[in-house]
Amino acid sequence: MIHHCCRSSYFPREHYSVPENNRIPHLLSCNSPTRFTSRRFESIKPDKQLDYVNDNGGPQEYIDIVLSSLRSDTVKLRHAKKLQMFDLRRFMILSAVRETVLNFPGGIVKFTQELKFLSESTERIPCYRVLDDRGQLLSNNCMQIDKNIALKMYKDMVMLQTMDAIFYEAQRQGRISFYVTSIGEEAINIASAAALTIDDFVFPQYREAGVQLWRGFTLQDFADQCFGNTLDNGKGRQMPAHYGSKKHNYITVASTVGTQVLHAVGAAYSLKMEGKDACTITYFGDGGSSTGDFHAALNFAAVMEAPVILFCRNNGWAISTPVTDQFRSDGVVVRGQAYGVRSIRVDGNDALAVFNAVQVARKIAINESKPVLIEALTYRAGHHSTSDDSSKYRPIKDIEWWRLAQDPVARFRKWLEGDDWWDSQAESELREATRKEVLHAIQVAEKIEKPGLHEIFSDVYDVPPSNLSHQENSLREAVKKHQQDYPPDVPF
Amino acid sequence: MATSIIQGMGLATGFSPANYRIAHPVSCRSLPGLYFLDFCLLLPLELQFAIIILFSKVALCSVHESNFSERRVSSFVIRSDGSLLSALNGGKNRRGELTTNAVGAKQEKEAPSTASSPGHEVLLFEALREGLEEEMDRDPNVCVMGEDVGHYGGSYKVTKGLATKYGDLRVLDTPIAENSFTGMAIGAAMTGLRPIVEGMNMGFLLLAFNQISNNCGMLHYTSGGQFKIPIVIRGPGGVGKQLGAEHSQRLESYFQSIPGIQMVACSTPYNAKGLMKAAIRSDNPVILFEHVLLYNLKERIPDEEYVLNLEEAEIVRKGEHATILTYSRMRYHVMQAAKTLVNKGYDPEVIDIRSLKPFDLHTIGNSVKKTHRVLIVEECMRTGGIGASLTASINENFHDYLDAPIVCLSSQDVPTPYAGVLEEWTVVQPAQIVAAFEQLCR
Repeated sequence: MIHHCCRSSYFPREHYSVPENNRIPHLLSCNSPTRFTSRRFESIKPDKQLDYVNDNGGPQEYIDIVLSSLRSDTVKLRHAKKLQMFDLRRFMILSAVRETVLNFPGGIVKFTQELKFLSESTERIPCYRVLDDRGQLLSNNCMQIDKNIALKMYKDMVMLQTMDAIFYEAQRQGRISFYVTSIGEEAINIASAAALTIDDFVFPQYREAGVQLWRGFTLQDFADQCFGNTLDNGKGRQMPAHYGSKKHNYITVASTVGTQVLHAVGAAYSLKMEGKDACTITYFGDGGSSTGDFHAALNFAAVMEAPVILFCRNNGWAISTPVTDQFRSDGVVVRGQAYGVRSIRVDGNDALAVFNAVQVARKIAINESKPVLIEALTYRAGHHSTSDDSSKYRPIKDIEWWRLAQDPVARFRKWLEGDDWWDSQAESELREATRKEVLHAIQVAEKIEKPGLHEIFSDVYDVPPSNLSHQENSLREAVKKHQQDYPPDVPF
Repeated sequence: MATSIIQGMGLATGFSPANYRIAHPVSCRSLPGLYFLDFCLLLPLELQFAIIILFSKVALCSVHESNFSERRVSSFVIRSDGSLLSALNGGKNRRGELTTNAVGAKQEKEAPSTASSPGHEVLLFEALREGLEEEMDRDPNVCVMGEDVGHYGGSYKVTKGLATKYGDLRVLDTPIAENSFTGMAIGAAMTGLRPIVEGMNMGFLLLAFNQISNNCGMLHYTSGGQFKIPIVIRGPGGVGKQLGAEHSQRLESYFQSIPGIQMVACSTPYNAKGLMKAAIRSDNPVILFEHVLLYNLKERIPDEEYVLNLEEAEIVRKGEHATILTYSRMRYHVMQAAKTLVNKGYDPEVIDIRSLKPFDLHTIGNSVKKTHRVLIVEECMRTGGIGASLTASINENFHDYLDAPIVCLSSQDVPTPYAGVLEEWTVVQPAQIVAAFEQLCR
C-alpha cells in the first residue's frame, strides 16, 4: 500500500547509519528532503489525488480495498480482473461501488443503512498483570528479567518508600517546606525506569522521583533539592520535589499540570530528526489527562509519529477529585484509540507488568516511530502532598486497604522471595541501612548553606542584561543598609 | 559627480564594503551591526563638496588602517540647516547611522546602503525568509513549526519554499493548537533543537501564554541553568486593515512582564532580517514581533551576511528638539509626521526602539540627555502597554534631564473595531503626532 505515495525518497531510519557521536539529522545524509510520513500527498495536485474518477483509475489502494470487499460479487468482476481489462473493471467497480463506499478526505469510508450510535460506555478494557496479589506468577510464561536488575528494582523501591516516609516526616517537623510522596506508586516509578535506558528523556509530572533514583540521583541530591541549598542542581529556585538533572536526562519538574506531555512530544520529534536510538517518556495523572495539553499532545504525537511513551498514572484521585468526576470515558486508555495511538492498560502495582509493558512500548516507539499510551491503574495511597489531608474526602479504611493489601513493594518482595532471590534477613538489613542513609542525607543537607543573592538574577537569561544587573545592585544596597531585616544565613 | 568621487575614494579608504563584513558570526549578546554611509544626492553642491573635502581629510588619516579587525565608525550628521557635524566614534559596539535626508526620510529607504555595494531589493517577508533560510543552512538544528508553514508556505509567505528545500520534518505543519506546538517547541529546544514557532497571528499566541510564561521563560531559571530554551516565537501582530478585534492585538503589552524572555520588534526589511538571525542565534527565548501591514515594504538590503544586536535601538533621524520613541508600524507614521514637522521648522529625533524587552536605555538615555523632551508613539493600548513601561523607565532613570513631562500617544483601551474609519481612529495618526510634538516643544 505504500508504493503509490512514496515517489519521493522516504528513508526509514535503519537504511543508513548516523555517526554515533554526531547529532546530525539524517537530513544531511540523504540528497532529498526528509519526508517523515508515508501518506503525504504532493500538495500541488490535491484535486486529482482525491478524485477517484480520474484517468489513471484512481489510487491503487482504493481499487484493492473495493475489490476485496466485492470479492464475492459478480462473475463479470472476477472475469474482468482475470483478463485485466482495466477499463471494464473500473466501470464495474465504479457502478457497483458508488453506492457502498466513498473516498472522503481522510480515507475510504463504508456506508451503512443502520442509524446506530456508538455506545458511550463499553466493557472496561482489561488490565495486564503478571503477578497476583500474593506475588505469584499468573501464567506459566517465564518472566525474563535479570536477577541483578530485579534486585536493584526492589532495593530502589524500598529506598523510595523509606525516602518518602522520612521526608514527609521532615516536612511535618518543619525542616523542609513541602513534599510530594509516591506512596502506592513505587512500582510505576522504578519498574518503568528500569525498562528504559539513560538516553531516553524523562518528562515527569512530580510523582516520579523513583525514576530519577533509578538513574543514579543520590539521596544526597534529593535532600539537597528539598532543602534548596547550594548543591542543588536547581540552585534553590524550585519547590521541593521538583527535581531535575541534565546528566540523567530528567527534565526539571514544572508545577504546571500537563505541560510536560507536550514537551515530551517535542523532544521526541527532535530525537526523530536526529535518528537517535532513544525515545522520550512522560508521566501524568488522571487529572493531568483532562488538560488541553494532553489531548493536543496525543494528537500531535500521532500525526507526527513521534517516538514518545505517554505514561498515565491513573491513581484514582486528582487532589480531591475522584476519577468519576474527572472523566466519563473508560479511564485514559481508550483515548489512545480515539487519537490513533496504540495503548495498553496495566496493573500499576505490579512491578513486572509495568516493566514488561514499558519495555515493549519502548521498542514500538523507537522501531516503528510511533507514540504509545500506557495507563497504569493504581491508587494514590498517600496524600496529594503535604498540603493535603486526604481523609477529608475519602474513607480512611480505603486508604489503609490499598496501602497495605496492595502495596507494590510487598508484592514484588513476595515474588523475589518465591524465587529465593531475597529473604527476611536481607529485608531487615536493607530497611535499616536505607533509613540510616536517608536520615544522614537530611542531616547533611540541612547544614549546607543556601545559594547566594546572585542566584536570584542569574540564569534568567544566558547573560544578565543591564536592567537585571541594575536590580541586583539595588537589592545588594538594600540588604547592606538594612541587614537586620534580611535573613542572616543567606550568603551575600 | 559627487558620488563618483566619493566612490573612488571609498575604495581607497577604509570605508569599502569589505570592511563592513563581520569576520564570523559571534553568538554573544552584543553583536554589532554593519555600518553604512549614505550620501544624499539631493544635497546642494556646496554640501557635496564639503563632504568630499571632509572625506579626503579622513582618508588621509585612515588610509593606513587597511585592517579593520576592530570596527571604527564615523557618523556624519547632515543637519537640516546645512551644517556638517562629524563624530569619530571609537566604540566597538556602538553603531552610528548617517541620516539619509535632511528632510523626513521617505518611507522605504530607512536603512541606508552604501553606493558601492549593489545589495538587492527585497520585501520585508522575503527578508525574513532570507534570514531564516541562511540560519537553517548554517545550523541543521534550526527548524520551523507552525500552522500552514510547510507546503502552504506560511500565511504571509515567510516560509515559502522552505519545506521543499528542507523537508517537512524541519518545516513542520502543526494542528491548530498554539499551546501545544509552543510546548512542543520548548521540549524540542530543551533537547537540542533551535525551533522557530510561527503564530499565524500574534493574537493566537494568547493560547500559548501558559507555555510561554511558565515554561519558556522559567525553565532555564528553575532548572538551575541546566536546560536552555533557544526558541524564537514570531508572528504578525498589530492593527491591520479591518481584520477585526481578535486579529488586531498587540501582544507585546501582555508578554512584556514575563521574566526570562526577550522581545524585539522589526520594522524594515533590513532590521527584520538582522533581528531574525540574531534571535535564532540567541540562546534565550526571543519573541519577534512583526506587523501585518509591513510585510510588503520594499528595501535594498546588503548582499553580505549581517546580524543585528537584539538589545539595540535604531536612530532613524537625528534631531535636537525632542525625541520621538516608537517601534514597528508607528515608525512610519512618525516619519510622516516628522516630514510635516521639519517643514514647520522643528527638528525631531526619531528612535525606533526595536528592543522591547529590555529597553535600550543607553541610546534612549543619550537622546533624552540631548533633547530633554520625549514623545512616545505606540500602537499598544494606553493601559499597560510598552509606552507605559517606557514612560516609567525614562522617568525613573532620566528624570533630571527632562524639561517636560513625557507624552505618550497610544491606542485607546478598546477592542479594535472592524469599520475602517473607526479602526483608523483607534490608531495614532501623523496629525496627532504633529500636534503632540508641537505641544511638547512649546
